[in-house]
Amino acid sequence: MRIPSLGAGLVLAAGAATAGDLPELTVITYDSFVSEWGPGPAVEAAFEETCECDLNFVAAGDGAALMARVKLEGERSEADIVLGIDTNLTAEAEATGLFAPHGGTVGDLDVPVAWEDETFLPYDWGYFAFVHDTSLENVPQGFEELAESDVSIVIQDPRSSTPGLGLLLWVKAAYGDRATDIWSALADNVVTVTPGWSEAYGMFLEGEADMVLSYTTSPAYHLIAEGDASKAAAPFSEGHYMQVEVAGKLASTDQPELADRFLAFMLTDAFQAIIPTTNWMYPAAIPDAGLPDGFETLIQPAKPLLMSAAEARAARGPALDEWLNALSR
Amino acid sequence: MAERAQPLGAAGAVGIAAAAAIPLLILLATVAIIRVAEPGSGLTQADWAAIRFTLWQAFLSATFSVTLAVPVARALARRRFPGRGALVTLLGAPFLLPVIVAIFGLLAVFGRGGLVNSGLGMLGLPQISIYGLHGVVLAHVFFNLPLATRLILQGWQDIPSERFRLAASLGMDAGAVNRHLEWPMLRQVMPGAALVIFVICTMSFAVALTLGGGPRATTVELAIYQALRFEFDLDRAAFLSLIQLAITVFLALLAYRVLRHPGFAPGLDRPLMRWDGRTPALRLLDGILILFAALFLLVPIASAVVRGLPEVLGLPQAVWVSALRSLCVAGASTVLVVALSVVMALAATRLRSQGSWIETAGLTALAASPLVLGTGLFVLIHPLANPESLALPVTALVNAFVTLPFALRSLVPACRTIESEYGRLADTLGLQGWVRFRLVVLPRLRRPLGFSAGLAAALSMGDLGVIALFADPDTATLPLQVYRLMGAYRMDEAGGAAVLLLALSFGVFWMLDRGARRADA
Amino acid sequence: MLTLDRIAFRREDFVLHANGSVNGPGIVAVIGPSGGGKSTLMSLIAGFELPDEGRVRWNGADLTELAPGERPVAVLFQDNNLFPHLDAATNVALGVSPCARPLPAARRSAEEALEAVGLDGMGARMPGELSGGQQSRVALARALLTDRPLVLMDEAFSALGPALRLEMLTLVTSLLADKTVLMVTHDPEDARRVARQTIFVEDGEIRPAEDTGDLFANPHGALARYLA
Repeated sequence: MRIPSLGAGLVLAAGAATAGDLPELTVITYDSFVSEWGPGPAVEAAFEETCECDLNFVAAGDGAALMARVKLEGERSEADIVLGIDTNLTAEAEATGLFAPHGGTVGDLDVPVAWEDETFLPYDWGYFAFVHDTSLENVPQGFEELAESDVSIVIQDPRSSTPGLGLLLWVKAAYGDRATDIWSALADNVVTVTPGWSEAYGMFLEGEADMVLSYTTSPAYHLIAEGDASKAAAPFSEGHYMQVEVAGKLASTDQPELADRFLAFMLTDAFQAIIPTTNWMYPAAIPDAGLPDGFETLIQPAKPLLMSAAEARAARGPALDEWLNALSR
Repeated sequence: MAERAQPLGAAGAVGIAAAAAIPLLILLATVAIIRVAEPGSGLTQADWAAIRFTLWQAFLSATFSVTLAVPVARALARRRFPGRGALVTLLGAPFLLPVIVAIFGLLAVFGRGGLVNSGLGMLGLPQISIYGLHGVVLAHVFFNLPLATRLILQGWQDIPSERFRLAASLGMDAGAVNRHLEWPMLRQVMPGAALVIFVICTMSFAVALTLGGGPRATTVELAIYQALRFEFDLDRAAFLSLIQLAITVFLALLAYRVLRHPGFAPGLDRPLMRWDGRTPALRLLDGILILFAALFLLVPIASAVVRGLPEVLGLPQAVWVSALRSLCVAGASTVLVVALSVVMALAATRLRSQGSWIETAGLTALAASPLVLGTGLFVLIHPLANPESLALPVTALVNAFVTLPFALRSLVPACRTIESEYGRLADTLGLQGWVRFRLVVLPRLRRPLGFSAGLAAALSMGDLGVIALFADPDTATLPLQVYRLMGAYRMDEAGGAAVLLLALSFGVFWMLDRGARRADA
Repeated sequence: MLTLDRIAFRREDFVLHANGSVNGPGIVAVIGPSGGGKSTLMSLIAGFELPDEGRVRWNGADLTELAPGERPVAVLFQDNNLFPHLDAATNVALGVSPCARPLPAARRSAEEALEAVGLDGMGARMPGELSGGQQSRVALARALLTDRPLVLMDEAFSALGPALRLEMLTLVTSLLADKTVLMVTHDPEDARRVARQTIFVEDGEIRPAEDTGDLFANPHGALARYLA
């Protein structure tokens, strides 16, 4: 997800005008999705062309904080769709009983897992990776190497951010019972833990840390949008954890039919073609035109890692405690 | 007793009801928290870390603030120079300064790309990081060094000038004056100042929110916020609130007993005539200390202003909207403080010696930290309505509670003075009720009321606490907007918004405080 | 006629007893050593304090339960007689109607009262701009304007110099001739000059009002000691 040109949705959120009597569809999502340079504006324009409706994005922090918000608002929520949690959270989200099945048939998807979820639909995916400036010497090639080095990193809080949670499960998937040791060893490399991806990536760009937890696709933004080849993702020998970002319909929606249409629209070319160069992720259904030039330069992890939704839900609590304990010392 | 029973009047009755309602509301919030609190498996390692960090950073902040304040206060006490009065006034300013503005300034000075690190870089020295413990303590010292200096300076002014004359006539040098006059005073004043700052630092959520973060630099209040906003774990938030409540109630009670001067005591602008410490070396030392203190205070604010000022006019609409929202919150909060403090002060006056509990009732709101009170209200509201929809009213209410004790402290004595000087005259003229208030009390109450209103407005304007707990993305106040812009690294806009916030905070204070004075003249 | 009907008032170890009456109109001086109960007596009559026993009557009507503002009593205090944030005329007009901007009629009456005390055209002045003597005159003007037959003066002019005080006493004599004036003073000379009758107060005992001339010509034990 996410583009490095930051900016939360605050500007859009305030400027969003309600268009007359058209039915209104409200999508809550993470900050960077609705920023000026994110997918939000283009998606809104594309959907409104055909939907006879007013599409409204509301930003609510990072992906994991979205879950807190959904739980907080419960059935009182005015949102119709939640867009931006990932498969590490879908089991938890399902268990709240606040989501309704998407009811559609899933066609051909280009996500690297078989899609059987009946509530959530994927819209993009990527690999987590530590991104650095190419001027960095002795780039660590794994967590142990990173822990031993004095390379500084900014990471995200797994309680509020889906990348933060992804990192937690990445270490867990790669190291199992040794995860605590890895975190203890990493503690002195962590400059700070931010609530969301935007804050962390911003700090990295301002030079507050050598590396930042982001995606293998992040360098594509610098390369394609800025013509800057100075950013790279470090391939880790343990493999790279994947993220599949999803959207789901809230059961309390007052626009169920419109919400279904949005979910269907999400997997069409009109939406998917926007994703690579605005959210800087791999589209869930590769558009006819294929991936933009520049994506071929990105590293391809040799060993993809991903827990199933149920595994992730079971692993999250204990892993979070390990993480808190290791980093609070 | 045959003293004529003072008719309580409608306002007095409302005042008593208000004074009773405040502890009741706190109690209600606490009960709500207790009912929801789920200790789970007791205190986890991370909880202990949060408690440790809360106390440790507060200890460091208090120690540094007070230790550094002693030489600065001494320099101010024994030197006269042009601008001394202005500097002493400036020392009161951080009280009104919105935290987020100060953080923006501190980042500009001490952040990775800031002045200090650039300087260190040029000298080939390692860079310092403003995040985590360093940053939290630095920000707390920035806010509390001035307070400590004022408290200790007050101690110096309280030493009778005859003693200094005596010391001079006995030919004591600076060392002897220090031993016989200053050290005994410091031994009395320093623990109180340190305790007050310690308490303030255990409740300083905004600093922890912006510069802390990560399990290693999480205060209990930040952990409450994370439990609510990151995980929506009400049980856990409530449990942590109880821990924070235990800490603050204990400390606040302790502090209230020790604290006598709220730091606003008048007369600080009159330097003492001193005969010791006239050597050139001591003069130079004092000069350097004063310069250092002034720079430490001024440079971050000045950097924020320099960076932000050119951006103000180009600020996006959302920032202006949130500024308007903040003005509304500040306005509501101010009206609430004025109304509550006036009726409560009237009630305290009418009840005479039995009225002291009214002031104490106002203080209970402080004993529960604003964030804990906010959590309690959140827990209370959540079953009934979406707390986010009440973000602004709750923020106004909690902010009013924060200012109320300060307002009562100036209004109660003022009301008592008015009553003792003009009460009987008003009685014989048959002035009662609204007419008496309008004709006799209000005109003479204008100054303390203006000051209290200004304080309420400024504090509410700059608050970044409860609003962070309650706000949804659409109802950001200006401080929250600055925080979000900083989070998004839109530093130019964040700077512009910070300057706007700074101007509005001091503007509303100035308007209300000065406005009242002008009307009085 | 002011009647103090078997009044008893206790406060800690101080006890005050009063029984008797004062006939008006005219000036009645109240003298005696400080701490003897002069001011307490005034407070009981004005209604600032309530007696433990007994009644306060005016022309037979019981005042005991009335609030200060409901009694037919005007009071001149030693200081703080004027609200410093209101101009002289408004302060005077408060004697007829309690509002910050008096009606034109009230304002005219106030200006007339001010004229009577020799402060023509000073109605717009603030108390802070007036001398001590002028402030006393404003207070007197208000007492003049109120329709209250009983005037209490609790050392009202004691802050003024001797000449000014004499002037004020003369003014009181001429202006308040139709009212009953109880005047507490620490200077027996004041009593001798203007008071028809004098009450001597000592140790909480209120002696009956006696003809001033007789009293001073022939002082009994306690008074003689006080005057000595």
